[in-house]
Amino acid sequence: MFSTLDLSVIAPSLPFLWTGLQYSLKLTLVAMTGGIILGTFLALCRLSSSRVLAGAATAYVDLMRSIPLVMVILWFFLLIPLMTGNPVGAETSAMLTFTAFEAAYYSEIMRAGIQSVSRGQVAAGDALGLTYRQTMSYIVLPQAFRNMIPVLLTQTIILFQDTSLVYIIGAKDLLKAAEIAGKNYNRPIEMYIFVALCYFVLCISLSLVVKQLQKRVAIVR
Amino acid sequence: MIEMSNVSKHYGQFQVLTDCSTTVSKGEVIVVCGPSGSGKSTLIKCVNGLEPFQSGKITVDGVSVGAPETDLPKLRARVGMVFQNFELFPHMSITENLTIGQIKVLKRSAEEATEIGLKLLDRVGLKAQAGKFPGQLSGGQQQRVAIARALSMNPICMLFDEPTSALDPEMVNEVLDVMVELAHEGMTMMCVTHEMGFARKVADRVIFMDQGRIVEDATKADFFGTPRSERAQQFLSKILSH
Ligand SMILES: Nc1ncnc2c1ncn2[C@@H]1O[C@H](COP(=O)(O)OP(=O)(O)OP(=O)(O)O)[C@@H](O)[C@H]1O
Ligand SMILES: [Mg+2]
Repeated sequence: MFSTLDLSVIAPSLPFLWTGLQYSLKLTLVAMTGGIILGTFLALCRLSSSRVLAGAATAYVDLMRSIPLVMVILWFFLLIPLMTGNPVGAETSAMLTFTAFEAAYYSEIMRAGIQSVSRGQVAAGDALGLTYRQTMSYIVLPQAFRNMIPVLLTQTIILFQDTSLVYIIGAKDLLKAAEIAGKNYNRPIEMYIFVALCYFVLCISLSLVVKQLQKRVAIVR
Repeated sequence: MIEMSNVSKHYGQFQVLTDCSTTVSKGEVIVVCGPSGSGKSTLIKCVNGLEPFQSGKITVDGVSVGAPETDLPKLRARVGMVFQNFELFPHMSITENLTIGQIKVLKRSAEEATEIGLKLLDRVGLKAQAGKFPGQLSGGQQQRVAIARALSMNPICMLFDEPTSALDPEMVNEVLDVMVELAHEGMTMMCVTHEMGFARKVADRVIFMDQGRIVEDATKADFFGTPRSERAQQFLSKILSH
Protein backbone atom coordinates (compact mmCIF):
# COMPACT_ATOMS: atom_id res chain seq x y z
CA MET A 1 0.00 0.00 0.00
CA PHE A 2 2.84 2.35 0.79
CA SER A 3 4.05 2.05 -2.78
CA THR A 4 0.95 3.94 -3.81
CA LEU A 5 1.55 6.81 -1.40
CA ASP A 6 2.26 10.03 -3.22
CA LEU A 7 4.00 12.29 -0.77
CA SER A 8 4.68 14.94 -3.37
CA VAL A 9 1.22 16.43 -2.76
CA ILE A 10 2.24 17.54 0.72
CA ALA A 11 4.76 20.22 -0.15
CA PRO A 12 2.38 22.34 -2.27
CA SER A 13 -0.32 22.02 0.41
CA LEU A 14 1.91 23.27 3.20
CA PRO A 15 0.88 26.95 3.06
CA PHE A 16 -2.77 25.95 3.21
CA LEU A 17 -2.20 23.46 6.03
CA TRP A 18 -0.23 26.16 7.86
CA THR A 19 -3.26 28.48 7.91
CA GLY A 20 -5.23 25.59 9.39
CA LEU A 21 -2.57 24.93 12.01
CA GLN A 22 -2.46 28.63 12.84
CA TYR A 23 -6.15 28.56 13.60
CA SER A 24 -5.76 25.40 15.71
CA LEU A 25 -2.98 27.03 17.71
CA LYS A 26 -4.91 30.26 18.09
CA LEU A 27 -7.96 28.35 19.26
CA THR A 28 -5.82 26.46 21.77
CA LEU A 29 -4.20 29.64 23.10
CA VAL A 30 -7.49 31.53 23.38
CA ALA A 31 -9.26 28.63 25.06
CA MET A 32 -6.32 28.06 27.39
CA THR A 33 -6.05 31.69 28.48
CA GLY A 34 -9.78 32.24 28.73
CA GLY A 35 -10.31 28.82 30.26
CA ILE A 36 -7.71 29.35 32.98
CA ILE A 37 -9.08 32.79 33.84
CA LEU A 38 -12.70 31.63 33.88
CA GLY A 39 -11.65 28.38 35.56
CA THR A 40 -9.81 30.22 38.33
CA PHE A 41 -12.89 32.32 38.90
CA LEU A 42 -15.04 29.16 39.05
CA ALA A 43 -12.59 27.57 41.47
CA LEU A 44 -12.74 30.62 43.75
CA CYS A 45 -16.54 30.44 43.65
CA ARG A 46 -16.50 26.76 44.52
CA LEU A 47 -14.21 27.38 47.47
CA SER A 48 -16.08 30.45 48.67
CA SER A 49 -18.24 30.36 51.75
CA SER A 50 -21.27 31.51 49.76
CA ARG A 51 -23.49 28.52 49.12
CA VAL A 52 -25.14 30.13 46.12
CA LEU A 53 -21.84 30.87 44.38
CA ALA A 54 -20.36 27.48 45.24
CA GLY A 55 -23.51 25.69 44.10
CA ALA A 56 -23.76 27.55 40.82
CA ALA A 57 -20.09 26.98 40.02
CA THR A 58 -20.32 23.29 40.91
CA ALA A 59 -23.39 22.87 38.74
CA TYR A 60 -21.64 24.52 35.81
CA VAL A 61 -18.51 22.40 36.15
CA ASP A 62 -20.44 19.17 36.57
CA LEU A 63 -22.64 19.97 33.59
CA MET A 64 -19.73 20.69 31.27
CA ARG A 65 -17.85 17.65 32.43
CA SER A 66 -20.73 15.30 31.77
CA ILE A 67 -21.56 16.33 28.21
CA PRO A 68 -19.48 15.10 25.27
CA LEU A 69 -17.47 17.93 23.80
CA VAL A 70 -18.81 17.32 20.28
CA MET A 71 -22.32 18.04 21.48
CA VAL A 72 -21.26 21.21 23.26
CA ILE A 73 -19.57 22.37 20.08
CA LEU A 74 -22.73 21.71 18.06
CA TRP A 75 -25.09 23.26 20.58
CA PHE A 76 -23.05 26.41 20.95
CA PHE A 77 -22.86 26.69 17.19
CA LEU A 78 -26.66 26.50 16.99
CA LEU A 79 -27.47 28.46 20.15
CA ILE A 80 -25.15 31.45 19.97
CA PRO A 81 -26.77 32.86 16.80
CA LEU A 82 -30.21 32.29 18.35
CA MET A 83 -29.23 34.19 21.49
CA THR A 84 -27.25 37.02 19.96
CA GLY A 85 -29.44 37.39 16.89
CA ASN A 86 -26.63 37.18 14.37
CA PRO A 87 -24.36 34.38 13.23
CA VAL A 88 -20.85 34.57 14.62
CA GLY A 89 -19.12 32.10 12.32
CA ALA A 90 -17.72 28.70 13.09
CA GLU A 91 -14.29 30.01 14.11
CA THR A 92 -15.54 32.43 16.74
CA SER A 93 -18.17 30.01 17.94
CA ALA A 94 -15.48 27.39 18.50
CA MET A 95 -13.40 29.81 20.55
CA LEU A 96 -16.30 30.62 22.84
CA THR A 97 -17.22 26.96 23.15
CA PHE A 98 -13.74 25.79 24.00
CA THR A 99 -13.21 28.57 26.52
CA ALA A 100 -16.47 27.73 28.28
CA PHE A 101 -15.83 23.99 28.12
CA GLU A 102 -12.18 23.98 29.14
CA ALA A 103 -12.90 26.36 32.02
CA ALA A 104 -14.63 23.45 33.75
CA TYR A 105 -11.49 21.32 33.55
CA TYR A 106 -9.06 24.11 34.36
CA SER A 107 -11.21 25.05 37.35
CA GLU A 108 -10.70 21.61 38.87
CA ILE A 109 -6.97 21.99 38.43
CA MET A 110 -6.94 25.47 39.91
CA ARG A 111 -9.09 24.30 42.79
CA ALA A 112 -6.53 21.64 43.62
CA GLY A 113 -3.82 24.28 43.21
CA ILE A 114 -5.49 26.69 45.61
CA GLN A 115 -5.92 23.90 48.13
CA SER A 116 -2.26 22.99 47.75
CA VAL A 117 -1.32 26.36 49.28
CA SER A 118 -1.21 25.91 53.05
CA ARG A 119 -3.68 27.64 55.34
CA GLY A 120 -0.70 29.17 57.08
CA GLN A 121 0.04 31.22 53.97
CA VAL A 122 -3.49 32.57 53.98
CA ALA A 123 -3.20 33.31 57.70
CA ALA A 124 0.08 35.16 57.07
CA GLY A 125 -1.56 37.27 54.38
CA ASP A 126 -4.54 37.97 56.61
CA ALA A 127 -2.29 38.82 59.54
CA LEU A 128 -0.50 41.46 57.46
CA GLY A 129 -3.84 43.15 56.91
CA LEU A 130 -4.31 42.09 53.31
CA THR A 131 -7.92 41.78 52.24
CA TYR A 132 -9.35 38.49 50.91
CA ARG A 133 -8.89 39.73 47.40
CA GLN A 134 -5.29 40.78 47.99
CA THR A 135 -4.38 37.56 49.79
CA MET A 136 -5.80 35.62 46.87
CA SER A 137 -4.16 37.63 44.11
CA TYR A 138 -0.71 38.16 45.64
CA ILE A 139 -0.23 35.13 47.89
CA VAL A 140 -2.47 32.19 47.02
CA LEU A 141 -3.11 32.30 43.27
CA PRO A 142 0.51 32.87 42.19
CA GLN A 143 1.58 29.84 44.22
CA ALA A 144 -1.41 27.78 43.12
CA PHE A 145 -0.68 28.61 39.50
CA ARG A 146 3.00 27.78 39.83
CA ASN A 147 2.35 24.48 41.53
CA MET A 148 -0.10 23.55 38.80
CA ILE A 149 1.78 24.65 35.67
CA PRO A 150 2.65 21.08 34.61
CA VAL A 151 -0.93 19.89 35.07
CA LEU A 152 -2.34 22.96 33.33
CA LEU A 153 -0.06 22.32 30.37
CA THR A 154 -1.01 18.66 30.24
CA GLN A 155 -4.63 19.74 30.04
CA THR A 156 -3.64 22.13 27.28
CA ILE A 157 -2.15 19.25 25.27
CA ILE A 158 -5.48 17.46 25.53
CA LEU A 159 -7.21 20.69 24.56
CA PHE A 160 -5.00 21.02 21.49
CA GLN A 161 -5.94 17.53 20.36
CA ASP A 162 -9.60 18.19 21.05
CA THR A 163 -9.61 21.30 18.87
CA SER A 164 -9.65 18.93 15.88
CA LEU A 165 -13.32 18.30 16.72
CA VAL A 166 -14.29 21.73 15.38
CA TYR A 167 -14.11 20.35 11.87
CA ILE A 168 -17.71 19.15 12.42
CA ILE A 169 -18.99 22.73 12.39
CA GLY A 170 -16.72 23.57 9.49
CA ALA A 171 -14.16 25.73 11.27
CA LYS A 172 -10.95 25.69 9.26
CA ASP A 173 -8.47 24.11 11.61
CA LEU A 174 -5.56 21.85 10.77
CA LEU A 175 -7.73 18.77 10.33
CA LYS A 176 -10.26 20.58 8.16
CA ALA A 177 -7.44 21.99 6.03
CA ALA A 178 -6.08 18.48 5.57
CA GLU A 179 -9.50 17.24 4.58
CA ILE A 180 -9.88 19.99 1.99
CA ALA A 181 -6.36 19.54 0.63
CA GLY A 182 -6.87 15.80 0.52
CA LYS A 183 -9.99 16.27 -1.56
CA ASN A 184 -8.33 18.76 -3.87
CA TYR A 185 -5.47 16.45 -4.68
CA ASN A 186 -7.57 13.36 -4.27
CA ARG A 187 -4.97 12.14 -1.80
CA PRO A 188 -6.78 12.01 1.60
CA ILE A 189 -4.61 9.26 3.09
CA GLU A 190 -1.37 11.17 2.62
CA MET A 191 -2.90 14.28 4.11
CA TYR A 192 -4.35 12.53 7.13
CA ILE A 193 -1.05 10.78 7.79
CA PHE A 194 0.79 14.06 7.54
CA VAL A 195 -1.48 15.98 9.95
CA ALA A 196 -1.45 13.06 12.36
CA LEU A 197 2.31 13.46 12.35
CA CYS A 198 1.94 17.19 12.99
CA TYR A 199 -0.33 16.61 15.98
CA PHE A 200 2.02 13.94 17.25
CA VAL A 201 5.19 16.02 17.01
CA LEU A 202 3.59 19.07 18.61
CA CYS A 203 2.04 17.13 21.47
CA ILE A 204 5.11 15.04 22.19
CA SER A 205 7.32 18.15 22.28
CA LEU A 206 4.97 19.88 24.64
CA SER A 207 4.81 16.91 26.95
CA LEU A 208 8.62 16.81 27.02
CA VAL A 209 8.51 20.44 28.13
CA VAL A 210 6.01 19.47 30.82
CA LYS A 211 8.34 16.74 32.07
CA GLN A 212 11.19 19.22 32.39
CA LEU A 213 8.94 21.66 34.21
CA GLN A 214 7.77 18.98 36.59
CA LYS A 215 11.37 18.35 37.57
CA ARG A 216 11.94 22.02 38.20
CA VAL A 217 8.77 22.45 40.21
CA ALA A 218 9.79 19.45 42.28
CA ILE A 219 13.10 21.14 43.08
CA VAL A 220 11.56 24.49 43.97
CA ARG A 221 9.19 22.95 46.49
CA MET B 1 -3.70 47.49 74.83
CA ILE B 2 -5.24 44.01 74.62
CA GLU B 3 -8.24 43.22 76.76
CA MET B 4 -9.83 39.84 76.78
CA SER B 5 -12.87 39.01 78.83
CA ASN B 6 -14.63 35.66 79.13
CA VAL B 7 -13.63 34.47 75.70
CA SER B 8 -15.02 31.06 74.83
CA LYS B 9 -14.73 29.09 71.64
CA HIS B 10 -15.87 25.66 70.57
CA TYR B 11 -15.70 23.49 67.49
CA GLY B 12 -19.04 21.73 67.55
CA GLN B 13 -19.13 19.98 70.90
CA PHE B 14 -15.44 20.46 71.54
CA GLN B 15 -14.63 23.36 73.84
CA VAL B 16 -11.28 24.89 72.82
CA LEU B 17 -11.37 27.99 75.00
CA THR B 18 -13.38 28.48 78.15
CA ASP B 19 -13.86 31.86 79.81
CA CYS B 20 -10.44 33.25 79.05
CA SER B 21 -9.78 36.70 80.47
CA THR B 22 -6.61 38.70 80.65
CA THR B 23 -5.17 42.11 79.92
CA VAL B 24 -1.97 43.13 78.25
CA SER B 25 -0.95 46.70 78.93
CA LYS B 26 1.17 48.84 76.69
CA GLY B 27 4.80 47.74 76.78
CA GLU B 28 4.06 44.53 78.62
CA VAL B 29 5.50 41.19 77.59
CA ILE B 30 3.28 38.21 78.29
CA VAL B 31 4.42 34.65 77.86
CA VAL B 32 1.71 32.03 77.27
CA CYS B 33 2.58 28.41 77.94
CA GLY B 34 0.84 25.15 78.57
CA PRO B 35 0.65 21.59 77.32
CA SER B 36 0.00 20.76 73.68
CA GLY B 37 -3.61 21.16 72.69
CA SER B 38 -4.40 23.48 75.59
CA GLY B 39 -5.56 26.23 73.24
CA LYS B 40 -2.57 28.59 73.22
CA SER B 41 -2.49 29.06 69.45
CA THR B 42 -6.23 29.45 69.34
CA LEU B 43 -6.15 32.07 72.07
CA ILE B 44 -3.47 34.15 70.40
CA LYS B 45 -5.14 33.88 66.99
CA CYS B 46 -8.36 35.21 68.48
CA VAL B 47 -6.55 38.43 69.31
CA ASN B 48 -6.22 39.45 65.66
CA GLY B 49 -9.35 37.69 64.53
CA LEU B 50 -7.64 34.86 62.66
CA GLU B 51 -9.85 32.58 64.74
CA PRO B 52 -13.43 33.58 65.41
CA PHE B 53 -14.86 33.01 68.88
CA GLN B 54 -18.43 32.50 69.98
CA SER B 55 -18.67 34.47 73.18
CA GLY B 56 -16.77 36.99 75.25
CA LYS B 57 -15.01 40.11 74.09
CA ILE B 58 -11.55 41.06 72.90
CA THR B 59 -10.50 44.63 72.30
CA VAL B 60 -7.20 45.72 70.84
CA ASP B 61 -6.40 49.38 71.35
CA GLY B 62 -10.09 49.93 72.03
CA VAL B 63 -11.27 48.16 68.85
CA SER B 64 -13.54 45.17 69.41
CA VAL B 65 -12.18 42.24 67.43
CA GLY B 66 -15.35 40.19 67.22
CA ALA B 67 -17.71 43.04 66.39
CA PRO B 68 -19.27 42.75 62.94
CA GLU B 69 -18.59 46.40 62.12
CA THR B 70 -14.86 46.06 62.77
CA ASP B 71 -12.62 46.40 59.74
CA LEU B 72 -10.52 43.32 60.46
CA PRO B 73 -7.84 43.85 57.79
CA LYS B 74 -7.28 47.34 59.16
CA LEU B 75 -6.96 46.05 62.70
CA ARG B 76 -4.67 43.19 61.69
CA ALA B 77 -2.39 45.60 59.89
CA ARG B 78 -1.66 47.13 63.30
CA VAL B 79 -1.03 43.82 65.04
CA GLY B 80 2.14 41.97 64.06
CA MET B 81 2.06 38.20 64.03
CA VAL B 82 4.84 35.64 63.83
CA PHE B 83 4.03 32.01 63.14
CA GLN B 84 5.60 28.75 64.14
CA ASN B 85 6.37 27.86 60.51
CA PHE B 86 7.52 31.36 59.52
CA GLU B 87 5.03 31.55 56.65
CA LEU B 88 7.20 33.73 54.48
CA PHE B 89 5.82 33.91 50.96
CA PRO B 90 8.01 31.43 49.04
CA HIS B 91 7.39 32.94 45.62
CA MET B 92 8.64 36.37 46.67
CA SER B 93 12.14 37.58 47.39
CA ILE B 94 13.02 38.60 50.93
CA THR B 95 12.65 42.25 49.97
CA GLU B 96 9.23 41.61 48.44
CA ASN B 97 8.18 39.77 51.57
CA LEU B 98 9.16 42.82 53.57
CA THR B 99 7.39 45.32 51.34
CA ILE B 100 4.15 43.71 50.20
CA GLY B 101 2.20 44.63 53.32
CA GLN B 102 3.59 48.14 53.38
CA ILE B 103 2.74 48.74 49.74
CA LYS B 104 -0.64 47.02 49.53
CA VAL B 105 -2.00 47.82 52.97
CA LEU B 106 -0.22 50.96 54.18
CA LYS B 107 -0.02 52.34 50.62
CA ARG B 108 3.61 53.30 50.98
CA SER B 109 5.56 53.89 47.80
CA ALA B 110 7.81 51.07 46.63
CA GLU B 111 10.95 53.12 47.39
CA GLU B 112 9.86 54.03 50.88
CA ALA B 113 8.75 50.47 51.62
CA THR B 114 12.03 49.05 50.37
CA GLU B 115 14.03 51.50 52.45
CA ILE B 116 12.09 50.62 55.59
CA GLY B 117 12.24 46.92 54.77
CA LEU B 118 16.00 46.94 54.27
CA LYS B 119 16.52 48.88 57.48
CA LEU B 120 14.57 46.22 59.40
CA LEU B 121 16.43 43.46 57.62
CA ASP B 122 19.67 45.04 58.75
CA ARG B 123 18.31 45.20 62.25
CA VAL B 124 17.71 41.44 62.34
CA GLY B 125 21.19 40.96 60.92
CA LEU B 126 20.25 39.78 57.44
CA LYS B 127 21.04 42.71 55.22
CA ALA B 128 22.99 40.52 52.79
CA GLN B 129 20.00 38.25 52.11
CA ALA B 130 17.71 40.91 50.61
CA GLY B 131 17.69 39.46 47.11
CA LYS B 132 17.31 35.83 48.08
CA PHE B 133 14.19 33.73 48.35
CA PRO B 134 12.87 32.24 51.60
CA GLY B 135 13.80 28.72 50.52
CA GLN B 136 17.45 29.74 50.38
CA LEU B 137 17.57 30.78 54.05
CA SER B 138 17.91 28.70 57.19
CA GLY B 139 14.94 28.39 59.52
CA GLY B 140 16.38 30.86 61.98
CA GLN B 141 17.01 33.38 59.22
CA GLN B 142 13.50 32.91 57.85
CA GLN B 143 11.99 33.51 61.24
CA ARG B 144 14.01 36.69 61.69
CA VAL B 145 12.76 37.87 58.28
CA ALA B 146 9.22 37.04 59.42
CA ILE B 147 9.72 39.23 62.49
CA ALA B 148 11.05 42.02 60.30
CA ARG B 149 8.05 41.62 58.00
CA ALA B 150 5.68 42.02 60.93
CA LEU B 151 7.63 45.05 62.16
CA SER B 152 7.48 46.66 58.73
CA MET B 153 3.84 47.45 59.41
CA ASN B 154 4.72 49.51 62.52
CA PRO B 155 2.56 47.32 64.74
CA ILE B 156 1.23 48.52 68.07
CA CYS B 157 1.77 45.04 69.49
CA MET B 158 3.20 41.71 68.41
CA LEU B 159 1.86 38.19 68.70
CA PHE B 160 4.19 35.20 68.56
CA ASP B 161 2.97 31.62 68.22
CA GLU B 162 5.82 29.29 69.19
CA PRO B 163 8.31 31.18 67.04
CA THR B 164 11.22 28.88 67.89
CA SER B 165 9.65 25.46 68.14
CA ALA B 166 10.16 24.58 64.47
CA LEU B 167 13.82 25.53 64.61
CA ASP B 168 16.93 23.44 65.02
CA PRO B 169 18.29 24.03 68.53
CA GLU B 170 21.31 25.99 67.36
CA MET B 171 19.06 28.56 65.69
CA VAL B 172 16.74 29.22 68.59
CA ASN B 173 18.90 31.88 70.17
CA GLU B 174 19.31 34.08 67.13
CA VAL B 175 15.52 34.43 67.04
CA LEU B 176 15.13 34.84 70.79
CA ASP B 177 17.78 37.56 70.76
CA VAL B 178 15.72 39.59 68.30
CA MET B 179 12.65 39.10 70.48
CA VAL B 180 14.50 40.11 73.63
CA GLU B 181 15.71 43.24 71.90
CA LEU B 182 12.15 44.06 70.88
CA ALA B 183 10.97 43.57 74.43
CA HIS B 184 13.65 45.90 75.73
CA GLU B 185 12.55 48.53 73.25
CA GLY B 186 9.14 48.48 74.87
CA MET B 187 7.14 46.53 72.32
CA THR B 188 3.90 45.09 73.64
CA MET B 189 4.19 41.35 73.13
CA MET B 190 2.15 38.25 73.63
CA CYS B 191 4.30 35.17 73.08
CA VAL B 192 3.29 31.55 73.08
CA THR B 193 6.56 29.83 73.88
CA HIS B 194 8.09 27.18 76.03
CA GLU B 195 11.41 29.00 76.19
CA MET B 196 11.44 29.62 79.90
CA GLY B 197 14.81 31.36 79.66
CA PHE B 198 13.13 33.96 77.48
CA ALA B 199 10.26 34.23 79.94
CA ARG B 200 12.64 34.76 82.85
CA LYS B 201 14.57 37.38 80.95
CA VAL B 202 11.82 39.63 79.62
CA ALA B 203 8.34 38.49 80.59
CA ASP B 204 6.25 40.68 82.84
CA ARG B 205 3.62 38.02 83.32
CA VAL B 206 3.23 34.36 82.49
CA ILE B 207 -0.09 32.80 81.52
CA PHE B 208 -0.45 29.07 81.92
CA MET B 209 -3.20 27.34 80.00
CA ASP B 210 -4.67 23.92 80.38
CA GLN B 211 -7.63 22.43 78.54
CA GLY B 212 -8.75 25.73 77.14
CA ARG B 213 -8.65 27.60 80.41
CA ILE B 214 -6.25 30.19 81.74
CA VAL B 215 -5.22 28.36 84.87
CA GLU B 216 -2.55 30.75 85.96
CA ASP B 217 -1.98 34.40 85.15
CA ALA B 218 0.82 35.55 87.38
CA THR B 219 3.80 37.83 87.49
CA LYS B 220 7.02 36.22 86.44
CA ALA B 221 8.29 36.05 90.00
CA ASP B 222 5.13 34.42 91.27
CA PHE B 223 4.93 31.99 88.41
CA PHE B 224 8.45 30.68 88.72
CA GLY B 225 8.48 31.01 92.49
CA THR B 226 5.20 29.58 93.63
CA PRO B 227 2.88 28.45 90.87
CA ARG B 228 -0.49 27.90 92.48
CA SER B 229 -1.96 25.16 90.37
CA GLU B 230 -0.68 21.65 90.44
CA ARG B 231 -0.82 21.41 86.64
CA ALA B 232 1.48 24.38 86.29
CA GLN B 233 3.90 22.91 88.79
CA GLN B 234 4.00 19.63 86.91
CA PHE B 235 4.38 21.42 83.63
CA LEU B 236 7.21 23.58 84.90
CA SER B 237 9.13 20.70 86.40
CA LYS B 238 8.80 18.81 83.13
CA ILE B 239 9.93 21.71 81.01
CA LEU B 240 12.74 22.86 83.26
CA SER B 241 14.19 19.38 83.62
CA HIS B 242 14.88 19.33 79.87
N1 LIG C 1 -10.29 23.30 63.18
C1 LIG C 1 -10.37 22.60 64.32
N2 LIG C 1 -11.39 21.74 64.51
C2 LIG C 1 -11.50 21.02 65.65
N3 LIG C 1 -10.62 21.11 66.68
C3 LIG C 1 -9.58 21.94 66.55
C4 LIG C 1 -9.39 22.73 65.37
N4 LIG C 1 -8.28 23.46 65.53
C5 LIG C 1 -7.79 23.15 66.74
N5 LIG C 1 -8.57 22.23 67.38
C6 LIG C 1 -8.35 21.67 68.70
O1 LIG C 1 -8.32 22.71 69.61
C7 LIG C 1 -7.40 22.42 70.66
C8 LIG C 1 -6.49 23.59 70.87
O2 LIG C 1 -5.66 23.75 69.75
P1 LIG C 1 -4.44 24.78 69.76
O3 LIG C 1 -3.77 24.65 68.44
O4 LIG C 1 -4.94 26.11 70.16
O5 LIG C 1 -3.52 24.18 70.90
P2 LIG C 1 -2.06 24.63 71.31
O6 LIG C 1 -2.10 24.88 72.76
O7 LIG C 1 -1.59 25.71 70.44
O8 LIG C 1 -1.26 23.30 71.05
P3 LIG C 1 0.24 23.11 70.47
O9 LIG C 1 1.16 23.28 71.63
O10 LIG C 1 0.21 21.70 69.97
O11 LIG C 1 0.43 24.12 69.40
C9 LIG C 1 -6.67 21.16 70.25
O12 LIG C 1 -7.17 20.09 71.04
C10 LIG C 1 -7.01 20.98 68.82
O13 LIG C 1 -7.11 19.60 68.54
MG1 LIG D 1 -0.07 25.85 68.93
